[in-house]
Amino acid sequence: MCLAVPAKIVELDGDQAVIETQGIRRAVNVALIEAPALGEYVLVHAGFAIQKWSEADVREFNSILEEMEQAE
Amino acid sequence: MNTPSKLASVRQHLAQLNRPVKIMEVCGTHTMSAFRSGLRSLLGPGLTLLSGPGCPVCVTPITYIDRALALAGRPQTLIATFGDMLRVPGTRSSLEHARAQGADIRIFYSPQDALETARNRPELNVVFLGVGFETTAVAVAWTIQEAARLGLSNYSVFCAHKTMPPAMAGLLASGEVAVDGFLCPGHVSVVIGANAYAALARDYGRPCVVAGFEAADMAQAIDQVLQQLLQNRAQVEIQYQRSVTWDGNASAQSLLAEVFEPCDAEWRGLGLIPGSGLKIRPRYAACDAERVFSQWEAPVSEEPRGCRCGDVLRGACTPPDCPLFRNACSPSHPVGACMVSSEGTCSAYYKYGK
Repeated sequence: MCLAVPAKIVELDGDQAVIETQGIRRAVNVALIEAPALGEYVLVHAGFAIQKWSEADVREFNSILEEMEQAE
Repeated sequence: MNTPSKLASVRQHLAQLNRPVKIMEVCGTHTMSAFRSGLRSLLGPGLTLLSGPGCPVCVTPITYIDRALALAGRPQTLIATFGDMLRVPGTRSSLEHARAQGADIRIFYSPQDALETARNRPELNVVFLGVGFETTAVAVAWTIQEAARLGLSNYSVFCAHKTMPPAMAGLLASGEVAVDGFLCPGHVSVVIGANAYAALARDYGRPCVVAGFEAADMAQAIDQVLQQLLQNRAQVEIQYQRSVTWDGNASAQSLLAEVFEPCDAEWRGLGLIPGSGLKIRPRYAACDAERVFSQWEAPVSEEPRGCRCGDVLRGACTPPDCPLFRNACSPSHPVGACMVSSEGTCSAYYKYGK
């Protein structure tokens, strides 16, 4: 249940947004985060964005993934 | 972040401690990640990772499943649920069996989609099965508030939401399980904030480190617990800094407080824990599916014989200690809830354990 993948906001209409993660788009509710903006990264749980991720956070996440891929 | 160097540090600190250490990973997703990545086998001897009560499906008592099944049997009723509830055995049936026999039970990824279904199908009573911790409860709270705003009369929630810190305190207070420290759940903490564990660290003297979900995150968080043990400290620390803050998500917390109030809650394996549940406040009673049971006798529930899910959830035994594990109980024929969910400890042991 706790998938921790950063998702990018690609469409925004009030509380409702469309996010893209790993090439997949889906509708999410952004009512719980402050001032969501297009292009920002969010953490999504059960269809709701619960936190913003900074660019640095996304870079850290990607570097962990790269390390794991190299280990495989 | 470099996982091999983190692991070397874990082994070095373990050697310095020179005693067996038990760390509980509270969240089911941590359990899964530790198995899948092979982390459990890389930590070195002397360190035991115990799975905690953080798999929402697993800790939901069998009475809840039986009542959900009873709700599913009512006319014009659509049961809306997260997918992992479907195969959890009730006393006599499961939601999956009931669906095969014609009950209208549908899986939703987001509670908002269930609310939309209620809006589009006014002839149906849509009942959402509200199971999960603070992270999920807040999504469900949003739908309840929205249903009230829209004046929808055909959307309700059968609420069994639970909160994590009281369960962790309950485990320690029971004195049954010796745990040296906790890896605290990452996404619950996004909502409630790391300060929520301060009393636990202070009153019970256990290090609490909020951990992310990748193997590198977990290795680092484990190392932080070990360092605290070495220095005789018991504090809250945030390893998962890319998501978790000390105060958490204020909007989410105020929404939770608006819609829910704390209540005592029954946990499978842990029993009744004071203040560990969430119930719908009277002002949102129109959305509370529980009301049905005040006029109607609830079914009688019985736990499956021989099943040790309760002991597994307390960390009092591991799945191979259960006589049913890999015999009568497997992912294709689960007897207990811990074998059903992908986050369940029995399921993880079955898939990845030796």
